[in-house]
Amino acid sequence: MTEATAGAAHAGGPTIREAYFAEVRRKRLYGGVLLAIFIVLMVAGFQLADERNAGGFWDGILNIFQFPSEVVSEAAEKAANLPGLVVHFIPSMVETVNIAAVSTLIGGLAGIVLALLSTRGLARWPRLIGLFRRMMDGMRAIPEIVIALVLIFIIGGGPVPAMIAIAIHTAGALGKLFSEAAENADMKPVEGLQSVGAGWLQRMWLGVLPQVAPNWISYALLRFEINIRASAILGFVGSGGIGYDLRIAFQWGQGRYDEVVAIFIVLFITIVVVDQISSVYRDRLVKGAMR
Amino acid sequence: MSVALGGGHREAAHGLFRRKRIVAFGVPAAILLYFVYIFFAFDLPGLAQRARLDNAAILVSDFWSYKTHVTKDNRNGEITAAIEGEAKGAYPAGTFPDWVEETEGGVRIALRDGHEAIFEPEGARYLHPEYGEIVLRTEGRRIALTLPPALSEVPDWINASDTRVAINTEAGRLSLTRNRTEAFRYFAGWELFFFTLDSPFSGRSLGELRALALWEPRIDEARSNLGYMLSEFWTNRMWRHGDVAWAIFETILMAFLGTMGAAIIALPLGFVAAKNFAPAAAARFGVRRLFDFLRGVDGLIWTIILSRAFGPGPLTGSLAILITDTGTFGKIFSEALENVDEKQIEGVRSTGSKPVQRYRFGVIPQVMPVILSQVLYYLESNTRSATVIGAIVGGGIGLLLTQAIITQKDWEEVTYYMVLIVLMVMFMDTVSGWLRRRLIKGA
Repeated sequence: MTEATAGAAHAGGPTIREAYFAEVRRKRLYGGVLLAIFIVLMVAGFQLADERNAGGFWDGILNIFQFPSEVVSEAAEKAANLPGLVVHFIPSMVETVNIAAVSTLIGGLAGIVLALLSTRGLARWPRLIGLFRRMMDGMRAIPEIVIALVLIFIIGGGPVPAMIAIAIHTAGALGKLFSEAAENADMKPVEGLQSVGAGWLQRMWLGVLPQVAPNWISYALLRFEINIRASAILGFVGSGGIGYDLRIAFQWGQGRYDEVVAIFIVLFITIVVVDQISSVYRDRLVKGAMR
Repeated sequence: MSVALGGGHREAAHGLFRRKRIVAFGVPAAILLYFVYIFFAFDLPGLAQRARLDNAAILVSDFWSYKTHVTKDNRNGEITAAIEGEAKGAYPAGTFPDWVEETEGGVRIALRDGHEAIFEPEGARYLHPEYGEIVLRTEGRRIALTLPPALSEVPDWINASDTRVAINTEAGRLSLTRNRTEAFRYFAGWELFFFTLDSPFSGRSLGELRALALWEPRIDEARSNLGYMLSEFWTNRMWRHGDVAWAIFETILMAFLGTMGAAIIALPLGFVAAKNFAPAAAARFGVRRLFDFLRGVDGLIWTIILSRAFGPGPLTGSLAILITDTGTFGKIFSEALENVDEKQIEGVRSTGSKPVQRYRFGVIPQVMPVILSQVLYYLESNTRSATVIGAIVGGGIGLLLTQAIITQKDWEEVTYYMVLIVLMVMFMDTVSGWLRRRLIKGA
């Protein structure tokens, strides 16, 4: 296609045409080199990962259904237990969802404060914008597992370490998104409020919040979905909620696979249901905002 | 104005305000109620009792300081010094750091702030600059404690029973049992971070090291001092810098392979799942449910299933990321493909191009910015996930971190790994941001 356009520009003389083709060739060469590097990286990376893995790729891919089928067949034998077990694990699942919900709420509230303090034009102390931004970067960069494991050492097991860890990460992540949304807010209401002598809090509460609320809530809902997954995985590594039950049942191995399946079912259904509900609300919020 | 509009509008406006007021007070009230519920559901009142503040103190002091143990085995009288009490940090037999002075039948250990601990054949003495001399004597099975006159009763910094006496002060610690006499002295910093004691470079100042590296004669004839130094640092047995670097690399590798592999698989599947490109409605429905399934099952479950099939290691982690993200990318890509502008494709079609060319020149350039920016964003976020997944599948820095935390001893190593993880995530953030700006603006 590109050559065809160049033909039409023939009137411009051969030099332009040659320069154009040279450009096209160079672009293709760069593209080709980039692609080759990428392919080499992928292949070498997979080989390296394969080498350092305990089990090889080809052994694994052939056995990939062995464990699931083992688990499913044992669960099928004890199918009568399943409904009871599913009910049994619901309190743990509620705990996992609670961890995610509280940490989203706390993280979201902290994120709002951080976002307002680090948005140009809205900040209470404009000189400190950089400081608050770096703070959010730091909070985002620390993986949840690090904070959770350290806190487990100090305050013991249970849901609280996971909650604090996820809340800190959420504050950083949401703060950044909130601040980007707030940057696009219309400044006229804020200026209007200022002209009648409103304080900073009043300007934010009455001038900024109503404008950005739909976007912010939609981001927070998306974060809630992510946090449910994070809280399940933190339970598995650390403590609290359904992840911890899963680790116990899983480490027991054969004989408790019915429990493993029950936990998988509870987790899967919860994640799908929450994702669906949240996506409906997010759609509604974003469409409402455009209206 | 309200009169002109009529009563109906007025009522409606009042209703609206009422609703708004209810929301304005109701939502914060509901959140508050929820917090109250959580306060009791998570047993926050009980937390205060369960919290181990002594653990926190250990953690904080380990973060910035280390201790050197001087230990006497009371059965054979042998005295040794070891950093953190580990074999890896032990001084060669018969040698001591310069604050330990050998005396007849024992040692004299200078602790901080003028405190001293003295090991003797019949027990030990602790010299406190404020209170005087505390004498510990082994008498058969018992240990006798003699306090100085300045102390009328056993203070709370001395923990004494018939079989064991421990003196804990700011300056250090002395403990005596029938089998063992031990003193600690604390130092700021991380012990042996660059070179272990058995290295020829251990304990040298920066200036000396520079001189050695640049112009002094070779310590080992076979290689240059600088190379020797780097290899001593890289293979430091206490900190294992080389292994740690490998682990970081492995974590990034997991994130890279998982993210890119998922993108490569998800792109063709995204075409099948997009309304305007789907070859058949049934195929579209099937692929979409597949994406939902991959995402819904969640990384945790995939990780567990895969670690059974593939065993521990980075490959398992990459595949877990790959499978989960195939679902996510499939959804994002198919949505992007549904939003493409038909005009460009028509334009390409009008030149008589084949379907593959239409995709290449009509579609890909339109969706590439979305795809690239999402992939790069996930690359950064997956670096963080790879840390957690590594802890489960047993690969990368996540494994080292959990191991260091589980031993509950080497908190300075935990700090080191934490710093490295944060730097790694920030590095990936910077790289992905740079690539995003480069590739998308350049296109």
